[in-house]
Amino acid sequence: MIPIASVNPVAKLGAGLLVSVFLIATIDWVSATTALVLELVVIAFMGIEPKRFWLRTLPVWVAAPLTALTILLYGRYDGEVYFQFLLIRISDGSIELALATFLRVLAIGLPAVVLFISIDPTDFADGLAQRLRLPDRFVLGALAAVRMVGLFLDDWRSLELARRARGVADRGRIRRIAGQGFALLVLSIRRGSKLSIAMEARGFGGDTPRTWARESRWGTAEWLTLVVGVVIGVTATVVAVLTGSWNPIVG
Amino acid sequence: MRGLDLRIAPGERVLILGESGAGKSTLLHALAGVVGDDEGESEGSLLVDGEHPTAHRGRTGLVIQDPDSQVILERVGDDVAFGCENLGVPRDEIWRRVRHSLEQVGLDVALDRNTSALSGGQKQRLALAGVLAMQPGLIVLDEPTANLDPEGVVEVRDAVIRVAESTGATIVVVEHRVSVWSDVVDRVVVLAAGGGAIADGSPTDVLSRQGEELAARGVWVPEFPPARPVRSQRAAQQTLITTQDLFVGRAKRAVAAPSDLGIVSSRAIAITGPNGSGKSTLALTLGGLLPPVGGAVVAAPALAAGAGEHPIRWKSRELLTRIGTVFQDPEHQLLTSTVRAELEVGPRALSLPETEMDARVDELLTRLRLEHLANANPFTLSGGEKRRLSVATALATRPQVLVLDEPTFGQDSRTWSELVILLAKLVDDGGSVIAVSHDQEFVAALADSTVVLA
Repeated sequence: MIPIASVNPVAKLGAGLLVSVFLIATIDWVSATTALVLELVVIAFMGIEPKRFWLRTLPVWVAAPLTALTILLYGRYDGEVYFQFLLIRISDGSIELALATFLRVLAIGLPAVVLFISIDPTDFADGLAQRLRLPDRFVLGALAAVRMVGLFLDDWRSLELARRARGVADRGRIRRIAGQGFALLVLSIRRGSKLSIAMEARGFGGDTPRTWARESRWGTAEWLTLVVGVVIGVTATVVAVLTGSWNPIVG
Repeated sequence: MRGLDLRIAPGERVLILGESGAGKSTLLHALAGVVGDDEGESEGSLLVDGEHPTAHRGRTGLVIQDPDSQVILERVGDDVAFGCENLGVPRDEIWRRVRHSLEQVGLDVALDRNTSALSGGQKQRLALAGVLAMQPGLIVLDEPTANLDPEGVVEVRDAVIRVAESTGATIVVVEHRVSVWSDVVDRVVVLAAGGGAIADGSPTDVLSRQGEELAARGVWVPEFPPARPVRSQRAAQQTLITTQDLFVGRAKRAVAAPSDLGIVSSRAIAITGPNGSGKSTLALTLGGLLPPVGGAVVAAPALAAGAGEHPIRWKSRELLTRIGTVFQDPEHQLLTSTVRAELEVGPRALSLPETEMDARVDELLTRLRLEHLANANPFTLSGGEKRRLSVATALATRPQVLVLDEPTFGQDSRTWSELVILLAKLVDDGGSVIAVSHDQEFVAALADSTVVLA
């Protein structure tokens, strides 16, 4: 079992990006399939509950065929044309490209989602500030904002009920939602300013160099995660080049 | 606030009183160094330890009223550590301070406990621990117990005293409810609305000389409790709403409603119980705003008047004359940009004639002391004014049943008294009131029966 949860989020982000770089460079189906197979092997060893895996990756499984369908109908035509209607033209070329796109969306999307399931926002912020040296005001501000999303959801529900209670929920749904959105904006600005007072009162934004209560660790596991990303990307590219299907986007 | 001369000695515990708008919060924010130069005007000087409050970050700690707005991070330990990190405290020292602070405020939960799972009283003690970890010489608290249930009030008050005794920190606290703090502070300062201080001295001294006047200005003085309603002859009673095997809930968690829940005209019913017991959910379900999770809320023909027996299926407009709801946070139900327009929303939805609408709005403006604010933006009103407005908007369509969620939270004694008298009159005249409340005095003054959720 790979203890992926304890790996530094920055390394997970890095590994995901590395795989994507290799896969974005080409648009063939061989590299995508190779990467996907290798990724599924790695994911299988992560010990994710099947139900959780399918639930979280559902958007990717929906997005992949939809993207592929678009390419199938409107993509570059080449070889025999099987069907034609207005701008729609299904050909050998568009079929191959659709398949390659389908696999590519999965190969980039699945690991991204799986790696992010286990990312804790606080640890991620620690990593961004301590490892990538992003400005801590920006990182901590964003982190505090993320925590407020739950409050916004509660606000939204209350706003909805309140509009029904005030007798204005029967008509003009679109206008009402726009008004509700504006009300939420007003509420969130007020919440935000209170939060920023609370943060300032605790010394946030001062000139003293900040210390970090939690160390964002970087060791063998993190380097290994990046290496796995590179290995998957390189293997996929090599296999594609050897089979002669590597098809760079640029050039 | 202006023209205030005040000298507070190290280790003193000061309670600041004064009516709404006297500038109590502004004073505390200034002490904590969180009033920016671009926010309003300032004159004179304010020094903490002989320096400008912003000169020495972390010397003053601030705890504010709203528990949700001062939780910064997701885990309890990280949240307490936040201030220390900003002050550049070394890592080992931070965690030593975090444990010590949590122990002092009596918050005995795991360091990785999720902060959003804490109760209001726990959140306020968490905020206090976060302040304490910075080892401040001065701790200022802006109505720290106003939004809490009775147990939460005691928890937070006791934690503040423990901290003051063990660290010797100076304490400056603003609160409407004098009884919470009068025994534990050694000085009371009363701010005047026009500027300066009206009184300054020991609690017994100030309260015996100024108690009556303070009470008249909305401060809760134990010896001068707010006026309670004189009840008159009630109108005849009839059942308006009944429930059948009702279960209420939000987001999959269902709670069984008490079986003997009958809503009757000319009666007030109070719903009480600890945080998270589903009080608000029950009230909103009875009010036809949330669908029951199981069973049914049934409106008697006298209330339904042709609109069907399930309130949740009524149109939004049909609710107006039948069941009105006043939300815990008035800001959730504000729709327009002036107080007058806000009151006209309901009558307009009912398509009442202009003359009738104007008559109702004018009457409510007068009755709830909002006339001078008719053209003001509702968002700019004070807490008490917003509360009165939100009740008035519900009354404008004359619903037979009025549902209120924590109507007295954070209110001064004057608004409290006005609300109770208004609601009592409503009930005596044949209306029905369902009120969710932690406020024991409110329940005692108004409710004919009480439902306690576990």
